[in-house]
Amino acid sequence: MDAWDIEFHDLTVGYGRMAVLRDINATLPAGKVSVILGGSGCGKSTLLRHIIGLSRPIAGEIRIGGHDLFRLDARDFRRVRRHMGVLFQDGALLGALTLAQNVALPLSEHLRLPRRLLREAALRVLGMVGLAEFADYYPNQLSGGMRKRAGLARAIIAEPRVLLCDEPTSGLDPITAARMDDLLLSLHAQYAEMTLVVVSHDLESLKRIADYVLVLRDGAAVFAGTLAELETSGDAYLRQFLRREAGPEERAFREPPNPEVRAALEKWLRS
Amino acid sequence: MTPESTETGPLAGFLRFARALGRASLRGVDAVGGMAIFMAAGLAQIFANARIFPRTLRQTYVIGYQSLFVILLIGIFCGMVLGLQGYYTLVQFGSVGLLGSAVSLTLIRELGPVLTAIMLTGRAGSSMAAEIGVMRITDQIDALDVMDINSMGYLVSPRLLASLISFPLLTAIFDVIGILGGYLTGVCMLGINEGVYFYKIAHAVTMSDVSGGFIKAVVFGLLVSTVCCHQGYCAHLRRDSVGPEAVGNATTSAVVISCVLILAADYVLTSFLL
Repeated sequence: MDAWDIEFHDLTVGYGRMAVLRDINATLPAGKVSVILGGSGCGKSTLLRHIIGLSRPIAGEIRIGGHDLFRLDARDFRRVRRHMGVLFQDGALLGALTLAQNVALPLSEHLRLPRRLLREAALRVLGMVGLAEFADYYPNQLSGGMRKRAGLARAIIAEPRVLLCDEPTSGLDPITAARMDDLLLSLHAQYAEMTLVVVSHDLESLKRIADYVLVLRDGAAVFAGTLAELETSGDAYLRQFLRREAGPEERAFREPPNPEVRAALEKWLRS
Repeated sequence: MTPESTETGPLAGFLRFARALGRASLRGVDAVGGMAIFMAAGLAQIFANARIFPRTLRQTYVIGYQSLFVILLIGIFCGMVLGLQGYYTLVQFGSVGLLGSAVSLTLIRELGPVLTAIMLTGRAGSSMAAEIGVMRITDQIDALDVMDINSMGYLVSPRLLASLISFPLLTAIFDVIGILGGYLTGVCMLGINEGVYFYKIAHAVTMSDVSGGFIKAVVFGLLVSTVCCHQGYCAHLRRDSVGPEAVGNATTSAVVISCVLILAADYVLTSFLL
Protein backbone atom coordinates (compact mmCIF):
# COMPACT_ATOMS: atom_id res chain seq x y z
CA MET A 1 0.00 0.00 0.00
CA ASP A 2 1.47 3.37 -1.01
CA ALA A 3 1.38 6.18 1.50
CA TRP A 4 -0.63 9.23 0.48
CA ASP A 5 0.38 12.80 1.10
CA ILE A 6 -2.03 15.74 1.24
CA GLU A 7 -1.22 18.84 -0.77
CA PHE A 8 -2.88 22.24 -0.59
CA HIS A 9 -2.35 24.50 -3.60
CA ASP A 10 -3.49 28.15 -3.31
CA LEU A 11 -6.34 26.82 -1.23
CA THR A 12 -9.08 29.17 -0.04
CA VAL A 13 -11.81 27.62 2.07
CA GLY A 14 -14.82 28.92 3.98
CA TYR A 15 -18.58 28.86 4.12
CA GLY A 16 -20.51 30.08 1.09
CA ARG A 17 -18.52 33.02 -0.24
CA MET A 18 -17.05 33.90 3.17
CA ALA A 19 -13.41 32.80 3.23
CA VAL A 20 -12.06 31.46 6.52
CA LEU A 21 -8.60 30.46 5.28
CA ARG A 22 -6.86 32.01 2.26
CA ASP A 23 -4.08 30.90 -0.10
CA ILE A 24 -2.88 27.89 1.86
CA ASN A 25 0.13 26.18 0.26
CA ALA A 26 1.50 23.20 2.15
CA THR A 27 2.09 19.46 1.92
CA LEU A 28 1.30 17.11 4.79
CA PRO A 29 3.86 14.35 4.20
CA ALA A 30 2.89 10.76 3.49
CA GLY A 31 3.27 8.24 6.27
CA LYS A 32 3.91 10.90 8.94
CA VAL A 33 1.94 12.39 11.79
CA SER A 34 0.94 15.94 10.88
CA VAL A 35 -0.72 18.28 13.33
CA ILE A 36 -2.82 21.20 12.13
CA LEU A 37 -2.46 23.67 14.95
CA GLY A 38 -4.14 26.97 15.71
CA GLY A 39 -6.25 28.91 18.17
CA SER A 40 -9.96 28.33 18.61
CA GLY A 41 -11.98 29.47 15.60
CA CYS A 42 -8.96 29.80 13.28
CA GLY A 43 -10.44 27.39 10.71
CA LYS A 44 -8.79 24.06 11.60
CA SER A 45 -12.01 22.05 11.51
CA THR A 46 -13.13 23.93 8.38
CA LEU A 47 -9.93 22.83 6.64
CA LEU A 48 -10.56 19.25 7.82
CA ARG A 49 -14.10 19.29 6.36
CA HIS A 50 -12.57 20.25 3.01
CA ILE A 51 -9.88 17.55 3.18
CA ILE A 52 -12.57 14.89 3.66
CA GLY A 53 -14.66 16.36 0.87
CA LEU A 54 -17.68 17.49 2.90
CA SER A 55 -17.30 21.06 1.60
CA ARG A 56 -15.93 22.43 -1.66
CA PRO A 57 -13.11 24.97 -1.57
CA ILE A 58 -13.75 28.52 -2.74
CA ALA A 59 -10.51 28.40 -4.75
CA GLY A 60 -7.40 26.27 -5.17
CA GLU A 61 -7.04 22.54 -4.90
CA ILE A 62 -6.54 19.71 -2.44
CA ARG A 63 -4.57 16.74 -3.76
CA ILE A 64 -4.66 13.52 -1.81
CA GLY A 65 -2.24 10.85 -2.97
CA GLY A 66 -1.96 12.86 -6.19
CA HIS A 67 -5.73 12.93 -6.79
CA ASP A 68 -7.24 16.40 -7.15
CA LEU A 69 -10.19 15.72 -4.90
CA PHE A 70 -12.67 18.18 -6.38
CA ARG A 71 -11.93 17.49 -10.05
CA LEU A 72 -12.70 13.78 -9.75
CA ASP A 73 -16.01 12.44 -10.99
CA ALA A 74 -18.42 11.13 -8.36
CA ARG A 75 -17.30 7.50 -8.63
CA ASP A 76 -13.55 8.28 -8.38
CA PHE A 77 -14.22 10.76 -5.59
CA ARG A 78 -15.93 8.00 -3.58
CA ARG A 79 -13.09 5.61 -4.47
CA VAL A 80 -10.50 8.02 -3.03
CA ARG A 81 -12.60 8.79 0.04
CA ARG A 82 -12.86 5.08 0.82
CA HIS A 83 -9.20 5.30 1.81
CA MET A 84 -9.86 7.95 4.43
CA GLY A 85 -10.85 7.35 8.02
CA VAL A 86 -12.19 10.19 10.12
CA LEU A 87 -12.49 10.61 13.86
CA PHE A 88 -15.02 13.40 14.47
CA GLN A 89 -14.82 15.59 17.57
CA ASP A 90 -17.33 13.66 19.66
CA GLY A 91 -16.92 10.37 17.80
CA ALA A 92 -20.14 10.86 15.74
CA LEU A 93 -21.28 7.35 16.61
CA LEU A 94 -24.81 6.41 15.55
CA GLY A 95 -26.92 6.47 18.68
CA ALA A 96 -29.20 3.62 17.60
CA LEU A 97 -26.35 1.13 17.14
CA THR A 98 -24.13 -0.63 19.68
CA LEU A 99 -20.39 0.01 19.63
CA ALA A 100 -19.76 -3.22 17.73
CA GLN A 101 -22.42 -2.34 15.14
CA ASN A 102 -21.06 1.21 14.85
CA VAL A 103 -17.50 0.04 14.38
CA ALA A 104 -18.47 -2.66 11.87
CA LEU A 105 -20.67 -0.24 9.88
CA PRO A 106 -18.16 0.57 7.10
CA LEU A 107 -17.72 -3.18 6.50
CA SER A 108 -21.34 -4.26 6.96
CA GLU A 109 -22.53 -1.64 4.47
CA HIS A 110 -20.06 -2.40 1.71
CA LEU A 111 -19.06 -6.05 2.08
CA ARG A 112 -21.13 -9.20 2.06
CA LEU A 113 -19.67 -10.86 5.09
CA PRO A 114 -21.32 -13.12 7.67
CA ARG A 115 -22.31 -11.44 10.94
CA ARG A 116 -19.78 -13.53 12.83
CA LEU A 117 -16.87 -12.15 10.79
CA LEU A 118 -18.16 -8.58 11.08
CA ARG A 119 -18.36 -8.89 14.85
CA GLU A 120 -14.88 -10.42 14.99
CA ALA A 121 -13.49 -7.52 12.96
CA ALA A 122 -15.26 -5.00 15.21
CA LEU A 123 -14.01 -6.70 18.37
CA ARG A 124 -10.46 -6.72 17.01
CA VAL A 125 -10.34 -2.94 16.51
CA LEU A 126 -12.31 -2.29 19.68
CA GLY A 127 -9.64 -4.34 21.45
CA MET A 128 -6.95 -2.15 19.90
CA VAL A 129 -8.56 0.93 21.50
CA GLY A 130 -9.28 -0.90 24.78
CA LEU A 131 -13.05 -1.14 24.41
CA ALA A 132 -13.66 -4.80 23.54
CA GLU A 133 -15.67 -5.40 26.71
CA PHE A 134 -17.99 -2.50 25.84
CA ALA A 135 -18.91 -3.89 22.40
CA ASP A 136 -22.59 -4.23 23.25
CA TYR A 137 -22.95 -0.84 24.93
CA TYR A 138 -24.72 2.07 23.22
CA PRO A 139 -22.81 5.34 22.71
CA ASN A 140 -24.88 7.23 25.29
CA GLN A 141 -23.74 4.73 27.94
CA LEU A 142 -20.09 5.75 27.48
CA SER A 143 -17.90 8.66 28.55
CA GLY A 144 -16.66 11.27 26.05
CA GLY A 145 -13.19 9.71 25.95
CA MET A 146 -14.60 6.24 25.30
CA ARG A 147 -16.80 7.58 22.50
CA LYS A 148 -13.73 9.14 20.91
CA ARG A 149 -11.84 5.86 21.13
CA ALA A 150 -14.80 4.01 19.62
CA GLY A 151 -14.91 6.63 16.84
CA LEU A 152 -11.23 5.95 16.26
CA ALA A 153 -11.90 2.21 16.07
CA ARG A 154 -14.57 2.83 13.41
CA ALA A 155 -12.19 5.12 11.50
CA ILE A 156 -9.46 2.46 11.27
CA ILE A 157 -11.53 -0.67 10.66
CA ALA A 158 -11.24 -0.28 6.89
CA GLU A 159 -7.46 0.30 7.20
CA PRO A 160 -7.39 3.76 5.62
CA ARG A 161 -4.35 5.30 3.96
CA VAL A 162 -5.21 8.64 5.54
CA LEU A 163 -6.56 8.96 9.08
CA LEU A 164 -7.88 12.37 10.09
CA CYS A 165 -8.67 13.18 13.72
CA ASP A 166 -10.57 16.29 14.74
CA GLU A 167 -9.40 17.40 18.19
CA PRO A 168 -8.97 13.88 19.60
CA THR A 169 -7.86 15.12 23.03
CA SER A 170 -10.22 18.08 23.53
CA GLY A 171 -12.42 17.77 26.59
CA LEU A 172 -10.34 14.91 28.04
CA ASP A 173 -8.48 14.94 31.35
CA PRO A 174 -4.65 14.94 31.01
CA ILE A 175 -4.26 11.21 31.66
CA THR A 176 -6.98 10.20 29.16
CA ALA A 177 -5.56 12.71 26.66
CA ALA A 178 -2.07 11.19 27.05
CA ARG A 179 -3.60 7.72 26.51
CA MET A 180 -5.27 8.96 23.34
CA ASP A 181 -1.91 10.27 22.10
CA ASP A 182 -0.26 6.93 22.85
CA LEU A 183 -3.07 5.17 21.07
CA LEU A 184 -2.60 7.32 17.96
CA LEU A 185 1.14 6.67 18.02
CA SER A 186 0.69 2.92 18.45
CA LEU A 187 -1.82 2.87 15.59
CA HIS A 188 0.60 4.80 13.46
CA ALA A 189 3.35 2.34 14.35
CA GLN A 190 1.09 -0.56 13.40
CA TYR A 191 -0.02 1.01 10.09
CA ALA A 192 3.30 2.53 9.11
CA GLU A 193 2.08 3.63 5.68
CA MET A 194 -0.86 5.53 7.09
CA THR A 195 -0.78 9.33 6.92
CA LEU A 196 -2.13 10.64 10.19
CA VAL A 197 -3.51 14.18 10.36
CA VAL A 198 -4.53 15.55 13.74
CA VAL A 199 -6.36 18.84 14.16
CA SER A 200 -5.60 20.19 17.60
CA HIS A 201 -4.75 23.12 19.82
CA ASP A 202 -3.32 20.86 22.52
CA LEU A 203 0.38 21.69 22.92
CA GLU A 204 1.19 18.64 25.04
CA SER A 205 -0.33 16.43 22.40
CA LEU A 206 1.57 18.30 19.67
CA LYS A 207 4.89 17.65 21.37
CA ARG A 208 4.15 13.96 21.87
CA ILE A 209 2.93 13.01 18.42
CA ALA A 210 3.85 15.54 15.73
CA ASP A 211 6.35 14.90 12.94
CA TYR A 212 5.10 17.84 10.91
CA VAL A 213 3.15 20.94 11.94
CA LEU A 214 0.93 23.35 10.02
CA VAL A 215 0.01 26.43 12.07
CA LEU A 216 -3.02 28.51 11.12
CA ARG A 217 -3.68 32.06 12.25
CA ASP A 218 -5.89 34.93 11.03
CA GLY A 219 -7.03 33.05 7.95
CA ALA A 220 -3.57 32.01 6.77
CA ALA A 221 -0.92 29.34 7.26
CA VAL A 222 1.83 31.03 9.28
CA PHE A 223 4.09 28.00 9.66
CA ALA A 224 4.62 24.67 7.94
CA GLY A 225 7.53 22.51 8.99
CA THR A 226 8.82 19.93 11.42
CA LEU A 227 8.25 20.10 15.17
CA ALA A 228 11.94 20.90 15.72
CA GLU A 229 11.71 23.83 13.30
CA LEU A 230 8.60 25.08 15.08
CA GLU A 231 10.29 24.97 18.47
CA THR A 232 13.28 26.95 17.22
CA SER A 233 11.22 29.44 15.25
CA GLY A 234 11.86 33.12 15.97
CA ASP A 235 8.32 34.15 15.05
CA ALA A 236 6.77 36.11 17.95
CA TYR A 237 3.28 34.61 17.57
CA LEU A 238 4.59 31.03 17.42
CA ARG A 239 6.72 31.60 20.54
CA GLN A 240 3.72 33.14 22.29
CA PHE A 241 1.53 30.19 21.25
CA LEU A 242 4.04 27.57 22.36
CA ARG A 243 4.52 29.31 25.74
CA ARG A 244 0.74 29.73 26.18
CA GLU A 245 1.01 33.52 26.71
CA ALA A 246 -1.95 35.86 26.27
CA GLY A 247 -1.60 38.51 23.56
CA PRO A 248 -2.44 42.24 23.92
CA GLU A 249 -6.04 41.67 22.73
CA GLU A 250 -6.57 39.07 25.47
CA ARG A 251 -5.05 41.40 28.08
CA ALA A 252 -7.76 43.96 27.24
CA PHE A 253 -10.21 41.69 29.06
CA ARG A 254 -8.35 42.32 32.28
CA GLU A 255 -9.68 45.89 32.33
CA PRO A 256 -12.29 46.46 35.07
CA PRO A 257 -15.95 46.41 34.01
CA ASN A 258 -18.01 49.56 33.53
CA PRO A 259 -18.72 51.18 36.96
CA GLU A 260 -22.48 51.13 36.39
CA VAL A 261 -22.37 47.40 35.59
CA ARG A 262 -20.17 46.77 38.64
CA ALA A 263 -22.51 48.77 40.93
CA ALA A 264 -25.57 46.89 39.64
CA LEU A 265 -23.77 43.57 40.02
CA GLU A 266 -22.68 44.34 43.59
CA LYS A 267 -26.24 45.40 44.46
CA TRP A 268 -27.57 42.10 43.08
CA LEU A 269 -24.93 40.05 44.89
CA ARG A 270 -25.79 41.80 48.21
CA SER A 271 -29.54 41.26 47.78
CA MET B 1 -25.78 50.24 0.03
CA THR B 2 -28.96 48.40 -1.01
CA PRO B 3 -31.32 50.01 -3.57
CA GLU B 4 -34.13 50.24 -1.03
CA SER B 5 -32.08 52.35 1.37
CA THR B 6 -31.82 55.13 -1.24
CA GLU B 7 -35.51 55.15 -2.20
CA THR B 8 -37.69 58.07 -1.17
CA GLY B 9 -41.05 59.40 -2.23
CA PRO B 10 -44.59 58.05 -2.11
CA LEU B 11 -43.74 54.76 -3.85
CA ALA B 12 -40.80 53.86 -1.61
CA GLY B 13 -42.89 51.90 0.90
CA PHE B 14 -44.68 50.00 -1.84
CA LEU B 15 -41.40 49.14 -3.57
CA ARG B 16 -39.93 47.84 -0.32
CA PHE B 17 -43.05 45.73 0.21
CA ALA B 18 -42.89 44.43 -3.38
CA ARG B 19 -39.24 43.50 -2.97
CA ALA B 20 -39.84 41.74 0.32
CA LEU B 21 -42.76 39.87 -1.25
CA GLY B 22 -40.57 38.93 -4.23
CA ARG B 23 -37.80 37.66 -1.96
CA ALA B 24 -40.24 35.67 0.15
CA SER B 25 -41.79 34.17 -3.00
CA LEU B 26 -38.37 33.17 -4.34
CA ARG B 27 -37.46 31.61 -1.00
CA GLY B 28 -40.76 29.73 -1.07
CA VAL B 29 -40.16 28.42 -4.61
CA ASP B 30 -36.59 27.50 -3.59
CA ALA B 31 -37.86 25.59 -0.54
CA VAL B 32 -40.52 23.72 -2.55
CA GLY B 33 -37.96 22.87 -5.24
CA GLY B 34 -35.47 21.69 -2.62
CA MET B 35 -38.08 19.50 -0.99
CA ALA B 36 -39.15 18.01 -4.34
CA ILE B 37 -35.54 17.13 -5.18
CA PHE B 38 -35.14 15.67 -1.68
CA MET B 39 -38.25 13.52 -2.18
CA ALA B 40 -37.06 12.33 -5.60
CA ALA B 41 -33.62 11.45 -4.19
CA GLY B 42 -35.21 9.58 -1.28
CA LEU B 43 -37.54 7.62 -3.57
CA ALA B 44 -34.71 6.82 -5.98
CA GLN B 45 -32.64 5.38 -3.12
CA ILE B 46 -35.47 2.93 -2.33
CA PHE B 47 -34.53 1.10 -5.50
CA ALA B 48 -30.76 1.65 -5.19
CA ASN B 49 -30.41 0.48 -1.60
CA ALA B 50 -29.81 -3.24 -1.19
CA ARG B 51 -30.52 -3.17 2.55
CA ILE B 52 -33.78 -1.25 2.37
CA PHE B 53 -35.95 -4.12 3.62
CA PRO B 54 -34.70 -4.56 7.23
CA ARG B 55 -34.52 -0.81 7.78
CA THR B 56 -38.03 -0.30 6.38
CA LEU B 57 -39.30 -3.06 8.66
CA ARG B 58 -37.80 -1.29 11.66
CA GLN B 59 -39.29 2.06 10.61
CA THR B 60 -42.68 0.47 9.91
CA TYR B 61 -42.58 -0.80 13.50
CA VAL B 62 -41.74 2.71 14.78
CA ILE B 63 -44.14 4.67 12.57
CA GLY B 64 -46.91 2.10 12.29
CA TYR B 65 -47.04 -0.29 15.22
CA GLN B 66 -45.96 2.21 17.87
CA SER B 67 -48.66 4.64 16.70
CA LEU B 68 -51.40 2.01 16.75
CA PHE B 69 -52.68 2.72 20.25
CA VAL B 70 -53.09 6.46 19.70
CA ILE B 71 -54.84 5.82 16.37
CA LEU B 72 -57.25 3.39 18.05
CA LEU B 73 -57.96 5.89 20.81
CA ILE B 74 -58.56 8.84 18.48
CA GLY B 75 -60.54 6.66 16.06
CA ILE B 76 -63.00 5.38 18.66
CA PHE B 77 -63.67 8.83 20.15
CA CYS B 78 -63.93 10.42 16.71
CA GLY B 79 -66.53 7.83 15.67
CA MET B 80 -68.44 8.28 18.92
CA VAL B 81 -68.58 12.05 18.52
CA LEU B 82 -69.68 11.69 14.90
CA GLY B 83 -72.39 9.26 16.01
CA LEU B 84 -73.62 11.64 18.68
CA GLN B 85 -73.57 14.78 16.52
CA GLY B 86 -75.00 12.92 13.53
CA TYR B 87 -77.85 11.46 15.57
CA TYR B 88 -79.00 14.81 16.99
CA THR B 89 -78.81 16.44 13.54
CA LEU B 90 -80.59 13.61 11.71
CA VAL B 91 -83.29 13.21 14.35
CA GLN B 92 -84.57 16.70 13.47
CA PHE B 93 -85.32 15.44 9.96
CA GLY B 94 -86.53 12.03 11.06
CA SER B 95 -83.62 10.36 9.26
CA VAL B 96 -81.68 8.68 12.06
CA GLY B 97 -81.50 5.56 9.90
CA LEU B 98 -78.90 7.37 7.80
CA LEU B 99 -76.48 7.61 10.71
CA GLY B 100 -74.41 4.62 9.52
CA SER B 101 -73.84 6.10 6.09
CA ALA B 102 -73.13 9.58 7.52
CA VAL B 103 -70.50 8.27 9.94
CA SER B 104 -68.84 5.87 7.49
CA LEU B 105 -68.67 8.28 4.54
CA THR B 106 -67.32 11.10 6.73
CA LEU B 107 -64.66 8.81 8.13
CA ILE B 108 -63.66 6.97 4.96
CA ARG B 109 -63.62 9.99 2.67
CA GLU B 110 -62.27 12.72 4.94
CA LEU B 111 -61.66 12.32 8.64
CA GLY B 112 -59.92 8.95 8.50
CA PRO B 113 -57.05 9.93 6.19
CA VAL B 114 -56.75 13.51 7.52
CA LEU B 115 -56.86 12.78 11.26
CA THR B 116 -54.62 9.72 10.91
CA ALA B 117 -52.06 11.79 8.98
CA ILE B 118 -52.19 14.62 11.53
CA MET B 119 -51.83 12.20 14.45
CA LEU B 120 -48.92 10.45 12.73
CA THR B 121 -47.30 13.81 12.07
CA GLY B 122 -47.37 14.58 15.78
CA ARG B 123 -46.44 11.08 16.88
CA ALA B 124 -43.94 9.87 14.26
CA GLY B 125 -43.15 12.85 12.00
CA SER B 126 -41.85 15.02 14.83
CA SER B 127 -39.64 12.17 16.00
CA MET B 128 -38.27 11.69 12.45
CA ALA B 129 -37.36 15.40 12.23
CA ALA B 130 -35.80 15.47 15.70
CA GLU B 131 -33.84 12.23 15.28
CA ILE B 132 -32.41 13.17 11.89
CA GLY B 133 -31.80 16.75 13.10
CA VAL B 134 -29.77 15.52 16.07
CA MET B 135 -27.82 13.22 13.76
CA ARG B 136 -27.09 16.22 11.55
CA ILE B 137 -25.79 18.52 14.28
CA THR B 138 -23.70 15.78 15.92
CA ASP B 139 -21.86 14.96 12.66
CA GLN B 140 -23.45 11.50 12.37
CA ILE B 141 -24.72 12.23 8.84
CA ASP B 142 -21.29 13.56 7.83
CA ALA B 143 -19.79 10.37 9.29
CA LEU B 144 -22.10 8.28 7.09
CA ASP B 145 -21.06 10.26 4.01
CA VAL B 146 -17.37 9.87 4.86
CA MET B 147 -17.88 6.09 5.24
CA ASP B 148 -19.31 6.13 1.69
CA ILE B 149 -22.75 5.24 3.04
CA ASN B 150 -25.49 7.13 1.22
CA SER B 151 -27.19 9.04 4.04
CA MET B 152 -30.39 9.43 2.00
CA GLY B 153 -30.58 5.69 1.46
CA TYR B 154 -29.67 4.94 5.06
CA LEU B 155 -31.95 7.43 6.81
CA VAL B 156 -34.60 8.87 4.50
CA SER B 157 -35.65 6.11 2.07
CA PRO B 158 -36.67 3.58 4.78
CA ARG B 159 -38.79 6.26 6.46
CA LEU B 160 -40.45 7.22 3.17
CA LEU B 161 -41.25 3.62 2.33
CA ALA B 162 -42.42 2.82 5.87
CA SER B 163 -44.75 5.84 5.74
CA LEU B 164 -46.15 4.71 2.39
CA ILE B 165 -46.97 1.37 4.04
CA SER B 166 -48.10 2.60 7.47
CA PHE B 167 -50.31 5.56 6.60
CA PRO B 168 -52.91 3.60 4.52
CA LEU B 169 -52.93 0.69 6.99
CA LEU B 170 -53.48 2.95 9.99
CA THR B 171 -56.09 4.91 8.05
CA ALA B 172 -57.99 1.67 7.42
CA ILE B 173 -57.81 0.81 11.13
CA PHE B 174 -58.94 4.33 12.04
CA ASP B 175 -61.95 4.01 9.68
CA VAL B 176 -63.04 0.65 11.10
CA ILE B 177 -62.62 1.73 14.72
CA GLY B 178 -64.43 5.02 13.98
CA ILE B 179 -67.39 3.14 12.49
CA LEU B 180 -67.44 0.99 15.64
CA GLY B 181 -67.42 4.21 17.72
CA GLY B 182 -70.45 5.45 15.77
CA TYR B 183 -72.08 2.05 16.42
CA LEU B 184 -71.45 2.42 20.17
CA THR B 185 -73.23 5.76 20.40
CA GLY B 186 -75.85 5.27 17.65
CA VAL B 187 -76.86 1.65 18.34
CA CYS B 188 -75.80 0.86 21.92
CA MET B 189 -76.57 4.24 23.53
CA LEU B 190 -79.21 5.93 21.38
CA GLY B 191 -81.11 2.85 20.23
CA ILE B 192 -80.82 2.89 16.43
CA ASN B 193 -81.46 -0.49 14.86
CA GLU B 194 -78.22 -2.42 14.41
CA GLY B 195 -79.22 -3.87 11.05
CA VAL B 196 -80.18 -0.46 9.68
CA TYR B 197 -76.84 1.01 10.83
CA PHE B 198 -74.74 -1.59 9.01
CA TYR B 199 -77.10 -1.90 6.01
CA LYS B 200 -76.79 1.84 5.38
CA ILE B 201 -72.99 1.60 5.57
CA ALA B 202 -72.91 -1.25 3.04
CA HIS B 203 -75.37 0.62 0.84
CA ALA B 204 -73.63 4.03 0.93
CA VAL B 205 -69.92 3.20 0.82
CA THR B 206 -68.58 2.45 -2.65
CA MET B 207 -65.19 1.17 -3.75
CA SER B 208 -64.26 4.63 -5.03
CA ASP B 209 -64.77 6.05 -1.52
CA VAL B 210 -62.41 3.46 -0.06
CA SER B 211 -59.79 3.82 -2.80
CA GLY B 212 -60.06 7.64 -2.58
CA GLY B 213 -59.31 7.43 1.15
CA PHE B 214 -56.31 5.20 0.50
CA ILE B 215 -54.99 7.51 -2.23
CA LYS B 216 -55.18 10.37 0.25
CA ALA B 217 -53.41 8.33 2.92
CA VAL B 218 -50.56 7.44 0.53
CA VAL B 219 -50.14 11.07 -0.57
CA PHE B 220 -50.22 12.30 3.04
CA GLY B 221 -47.66 9.65 4.02
CA LEU B 222 -45.31 10.78 1.28
CA LEU B 223 -45.78 14.46 2.16
CA VAL B 224 -45.36 14.03 5.92
CA SER B 225 -42.28 11.80 5.71
CA THR B 226 -40.64 14.03 3.09
CA VAL B 227 -41.26 17.25 5.03
CA CYS B 228 -40.20 15.79 8.39
CA CYS B 229 -37.06 14.10 7.06
CA HIS B 230 -36.16 17.21 5.05
CA GLN B 231 -36.52 19.54 8.03
CA GLY B 232 -34.29 17.32 10.15
CA TYR B 233 -31.77 16.67 7.38
CA CYS B 234 -31.38 20.41 6.69
CA ALA B 235 -31.49 21.54 10.35
CA HIS B 236 -27.92 22.85 10.06
CA LEU B 237 -28.92 25.18 7.21
CA ARG B 238 -31.57 27.06 9.20
CA ARG B 239 -31.15 30.82 9.29
CA ASP B 240 -33.06 31.37 12.52
CA SER B 241 -31.03 29.19 14.86
CA VAL B 242 -28.10 26.81 15.28
CA GLY B 243 -27.35 23.66 17.26
CA PRO B 244 -30.02 22.12 19.51
CA GLU B 245 -32.29 25.14 19.02
CA ALA B 246 -32.21 24.49 15.27
CA VAL B 247 -33.33 20.90 15.87
CA GLY B 248 -36.22 22.16 18.02
CA ASN B 249 -37.23 24.70 15.39
CA ALA B 250 -36.87 22.11 12.62
CA THR B 251 -39.20 19.78 14.53
CA THR B 252 -41.77 22.54 15.02
CA SER B 253 -41.55 23.52 11.35
CA ALA B 254 -41.90 19.89 10.30
CA VAL B 255 -45.16 19.50 12.23
CA VAL B 256 -46.62 22.86 11.15
CA ILE B 257 -45.70 22.48 7.45
CA SER B 258 -46.93 18.88 7.41
CA CYS B 259 -50.31 19.81 8.92
CA VAL B 260 -50.82 22.69 6.49
CA LEU B 261 -49.81 20.49 3.54
CA ILE B 262 -52.15 17.69 4.68
CA LEU B 263 -55.14 20.05 4.68
CA ALA B 264 -54.16 21.76 1.42
CA ALA B 265 -53.53 18.42 -0.31
CA ASP B 266 -56.82 17.12 1.08
CA TYR B 267 -58.69 19.94 -0.61
CA VAL B 268 -56.91 19.38 -3.93
CA LEU B 269 -57.37 15.59 -3.83
CA THR B 270 -61.02 15.87 -2.82
CA SER B 271 -61.68 18.18 -5.78
CA PHE B 272 -60.27 15.54 -8.13
CA LEU B 273 -61.81 12.52 -6.42
CA LEU B 274 -65.36 13.79 -6.06
